[in-house]
Amino acid sequence: MKLHEYQSKRIFAEHGIPIPKGEVATSSDEAREIARKLGGPVVIKSQVLVGGRGKAGGVKVAKNVDEAEELADQILGMDIKGLTVDKVLIDEAADIREEIYLGVVIDRALQKPVVIASAEGGVEIEEVAKTNPEAIKRLPIDLPVGLMDYHARNLAYDLGLRRVFVNQFIRIVKGLYQSFIDTDASLAEINPLVIIEGEKLLAVDGKIVLDDSALYRHPELVELRDIQEETSSEREARLAGLSYVKLDGEIGCMVNGAGLAMATMDIVKYYGGAPANFLDIGGGAKSDKVAAALRIILSDSKVKGILFNIFGGITRCDEVARGILEALNAVPTDVPMVARLVGTNEEEGRQILAQANFPSASSLGEAAQKAVNLAKGA
Amino acid sequence: MAILVGKDTRLIVQGITGREGGFHTEQMIEYGTTVVGGVTPGKGGEWSHGVPVFDTVKEAVNATDANTSIIYVPARFAADAIMEAADSGIKLVICITEGIPVLDMVRVQSFLVHKKVRLIGPNCPGLTTPGEAKVGIMPGHIHKQGNVGLVSRSGTLTYEVVQALTDKDIGQSTAVGIGGDPIIGSTFIDILRLFESDPLTDQVVLIGEIGGTDEQKAARFIAEKMTKPVTAFIAGRTAPPGKRMGHAGAIIQGGEGTAAEKIKALEAVGVKVGQQPEEVADIVAGLI
Repeated sequence: MKLHEYQSKRIFAEHGIPIPKGEVATSSDEAREIARKLGGPVVIKSQVLVGGRGKAGGVKVAKNVDEAEELADQILGMDIKGLTVDKVLIDEAADIREEIYLGVVIDRALQKPVVIASAEGGVEIEEVAKTNPEAIKRLPIDLPVGLMDYHARNLAYDLGLRRVFVNQFIRIVKGLYQSFIDTDASLAEINPLVIIEGEKLLAVDGKIVLDDSALYRHPELVELRDIQEETSSEREARLAGLSYVKLDGEIGCMVNGAGLAMATMDIVKYYGGAPANFLDIGGGAKSDKVAAALRIILSDSKVKGILFNIFGGITRCDEVARGILEALNAVPTDVPMVARLVGTNEEEGRQILAQANFPSASSLGEAAQKAVNLAKGA
Repeated sequence: MAILVGKDTRLIVQGITGREGGFHTEQMIEYGTTVVGGVTPGKGGEWSHGVPVFDTVKEAVNATDANTSIIYVPARFAADAIMEAADSGIKLVICITEGIPVLDMVRVQSFLVHKKVRLIGPNCPGLTTPGEAKVGIMPGHIHKQGNVGLVSRSGTLTYEVVQALTDKDIGQSTAVGIGGDPIIGSTFIDILRLFESDPLTDQVVLIGEIGGTDEQKAARFIAEKMTKPVTAFIAGRTAPPGKRMGHAGAIIQGGEGTAAEKIKALEAVGVKVGQQPEEVADIVAGLI
């Protein structure tokens, strides 16, 4: 789950990291009022959960209150990569001298959190990794010990920070690391951390991505979820306990198991089709879950054919077969389908489908070819 | 015994009285696995599926001489269960549980560094040595005894490949599911090393997927240390970047972890990569 910039920065501030004064507005009147209270130039920043807001015109500087109102009016309602802006953050504008990147992620190979820093802030860290990998400093942290002052101090000198900034920097790195740990994040990032007038450091932009598996112990963070993070079908899938990712193709896929679901998509492509989605119904799915999955796939108007691939272990093929038929009763459709059911109770499952004249296949390759051909004929 | 589990396995089940734990205990016993006990705090003294239940792993080990533990407890209790097993003299811990918080696994791994224990998983289907022992949730009937070792980050995709091998009359030495999480106890390299030194394994099938760089590391290991042939399958050629594909670890991040780069790394060291499970079986058959 992703947090908005303003939510992330509030968490950073609670951990002692300096952030600009600012507030969130949902109308241009509110924006004007906030700008008036802040006094001086402000930055109007769209709060949408995608990258590249600046390039899309969703971040603007206003010199005065009138301009703040006008620009907030422009940005609110704007479409950025398919998301509508309904909130803007009005921050005091900072006089930026230098920009630094600072982030914490889990290093999968080291199996530890790692602090990442670069003197080239303000651009995506992936970009720096490509163009100037030398500029990126990595600091692995031993979780039981935690981040010590000397770690952060070394990092400050590695980045070439002047002595006047070192103590502030240590406080910020420790605050960021603690924000990461306290929220069970998979990413906590300040980009950029800037040097402003008066030899001060300030976190002007921030981002936190939470570990979904740890949300159960953070009810206060769950409340921060913005429904705009998900499309309506992704939301329905999450509530039904399904793992779903929408893609651009025409063959809907319903599979049990994540690896097999990916392999099924790949095989659809191999036979000349394009997968419309990734969908894992999980282990032991009952008919109601299958029905929900089918509704979600059918809600995508691009879908011209559906492929069911079930390898029954915990999942029972007869349950899945009944689920498919129940769903078709509830959501009648002309979209052609083909099912391949193997494993636990496969005979019963096939019989149920055969009685309903539902096309089936015995191998995955055959099923994928059939689905692709059916979709082309439709 | 090929690797890790077999006739010598003496298994306890952590979470034996739960729905999943109970169902699979039944299946494992039916397959012929030696299950010697179970652990559910608060239910010590009861019996479940014909074996005694204990309150703690320590008690279970003392009473039964168990050497292996399998964990079916809910995600929020799983880190505790793994560390308890490791601290009680168990040598091999298999964790089936999906959805353990990543920081919990970081903590577990930094704890296990100092212990003489091997962890398989979490978020894995377990492992099967056909004809000897099935420890986990793999369907038993798809396997056939033989000399091909399997190691995989996936569950049902492993079954698919095992089935394809068995259909071609190619048996397996041991099939190991290492799990789909970003932080796991045993990596491809750990298992490849065991297969390389196992006299009952002649060749290996590696089933990977998008996310991370474990397959690339495995490729380097294969080039430097493996004498036995390896065939691979990589899932997620069509997966888009930045989206988690079901498994917590299956995500292309910052351009890293694509199927294409993994396939390239493996092919560069002479590993043949199948385009679909049946093709993997064909490659293996050609080599035999």
